[in-house]
Amino acid sequence: MFEGLYKLKEQLRPNFEEGGKLHAFWSLFDGFESFLFTPNTTGKRLGSQIHAGNDSKRTMIYVVLGLLAVLPYILVSYIVGLGIEFTVAQWKHEEIAEGFLVTGFLIPLIVPINTPLWMVAVATAFAVIFAKEVFGGTGYNIFNVALITRAFLFFAYPTHMTGDKAFIRTGSTWGWDGSHTLIDGFSGATPLTQLATGSSADVTFMDMVNGLIPGSVGETCVWAILLGAALLLITRTADWRIMFSIIVTGCITALLFNKFGAADNLVAQYPWYMHLVSGGFLFGAVFMATDPVTAARTDCGKWIYGALIGFMAVVVRVLNPGYPEGMMLAILLGNAVAPLIDWCVVQRNISQRAKRASALTAQRSNSESGLTSK
Amino acid sequence: MALSQKTKETLLGPLNANNPVVVQVLGICSALAVTVQLKPALVMGVAVTIIVAMSNVIISLLRNTIPMRIRIIVQLVVVAALVTLVSEVLKAFAYDVAMQLSVYIGLIITNCILMGRLEAFAMTNKVWDSFLDGLGNGLGYAAILIIVAFFRELFGAGTLLGFRVIPESWYVANGGFYENCGMMMMPAMALIIVGGIIWAHRAINEEKK
Repeated sequence: MFEGLYKLKEQLRPNFEEGGKLHAFWSLFDGFESFLFTPNTTGKRLGSQIHAGNDSKRTMIYVVLGLLAVLPYILVSYIVGLGIEFTVAQWKHEEIAEGFLVTGFLIPLIVPINTPLWMVAVATAFAVIFAKEVFGGTGYNIFNVALITRAFLFFAYPTHMTGDKAFIRTGSTWGWDGSHTLIDGFSGATPLTQLATGSSADVTFMDMVNGLIPGSVGETCVWAILLGAALLLITRTADWRIMFSIIVTGCITALLFNKFGAADNLVAQYPWYMHLVSGGFLFGAVFMATDPVTAARTDCGKWIYGALIGFMAVVVRVLNPGYPEGMMLAILLGNAVAPLIDWCVVQRNISQRAKRASALTAQRSNSESGLTSK
Repeated sequence: MALSQKTKETLLGPLNANNPVVVQVLGICSALAVTVQLKPALVMGVAVTIIVAMSNVIISLLRNTIPMRIRIIVQLVVVAALVTLVSEVLKAFAYDVAMQLSVYIGLIITNCILMGRLEAFAMTNKVWDSFLDGLGNGLGYAAILIIVAFFRELFGAGTLLGFRVIPESWYVANGGFYENCGMMMMPAMALIIVGGIIWAHRAINEEKK
């Protein structure tokens, strides 16, 4: 079957090449070609590289496999995002990259389920243009595009992103399920929002693990996230150092707040295991912070990067009642300083090696001079 | 009156090819601060235009008598005097807008465009040319302010110059679907809009070349 597909592709190729009838859609053809048939380019064998030559297209498709679906949101984010990507690729004569397949999948998972579709469309367009294309497209973006989408929604339409109604589906999807009315006294706020507004969260640890809590689509069910994490780790798409570092630092920070935080601050007194399973902490650690483009690239840098995110996420949760969930801001901050962390790690490595080399030559010249003096 | 080539360039250059905001990237702070609504942006644009033109004229008149060592102080005194005049006029005739602009009228003194034009142009050019240069730069600044404020007020509040453009019935609160974009109210978005204008401006000028 694959052979047939390949032959069909080769037959169609002339139509899309320079001078062909359908040349205007070359980037579309090229995108699907390299997406379906492995790109046959590898990194240059020149010196040492910290940015691997591994094609992002192959890496990204594994991430797609690791996620679940919410159809209308996926459609909207794909149509808007890919529309912009194809347009830019055609305009700049570049090849299209599959990075957006992941972003487009992540967006529906991190926005509240009641967000109107047009808001998702506006935010996606903003993020793809200003967080990705202006920096040079997939692979060059400083910030995680899906997170920028969420950040835009968060700051632009705060009433739809937080509060009681945001995370409970009351509208209809494809004409189904439109008649949901909420029981009196049911609180739709997320556990973290409840804590931040001063009432204690009325959910148990197991509710959180099973996903029976209000929250964005992707972030509530811990089992699903763990499944995705396992897949990403087995295929080595995501780096275990980042995940591990975020989780450990987050727990330590939470423990410190438990010990030294103000007694009347409910979030500070929140136990570490609850911090771990609530909000977007795990989802962010597994799917967002590990994005190979925006994360730190050196091994040592990954530890520092993860530690910064884990620490900041809990600090924002505890110390800023205006933002009940700190994971998004923590990862964006991590993205911003990741290149700096890498630079410091590389510089340190260089200076250490230089020191070792000079010590070695000094030793050698010493022993040589010793010989001649004899 | 037909304008000579040089005069034309002095007056119209700052509006496009040599725009003080999007090409020289001066006066960005006030462009972020006063552009939440169109009306204050308009007033600010007019105020800056008047002050740049007038101070350019005065400094150009004095240019041969100002000692080089204290020229900055002299320039500042002239600008400060004009800013105070404009500020008083605004308080007398457009009190609401003056209150909205608050400190930013006073801060025109520190606007980089003013000192830039005085140093770069008025100190070495004749009065009429300096006047045109000030006028052009002020208008170039005002144009960018108005574009930014247009987008910010339209998408941030649904109004233009205080008049409702996006109907009330569209809003979620009234059973519609629309919601104002809170991002537009933040200075960060003004910076992004200015960035977008610079992007478009360069793309167009690049094509011309």
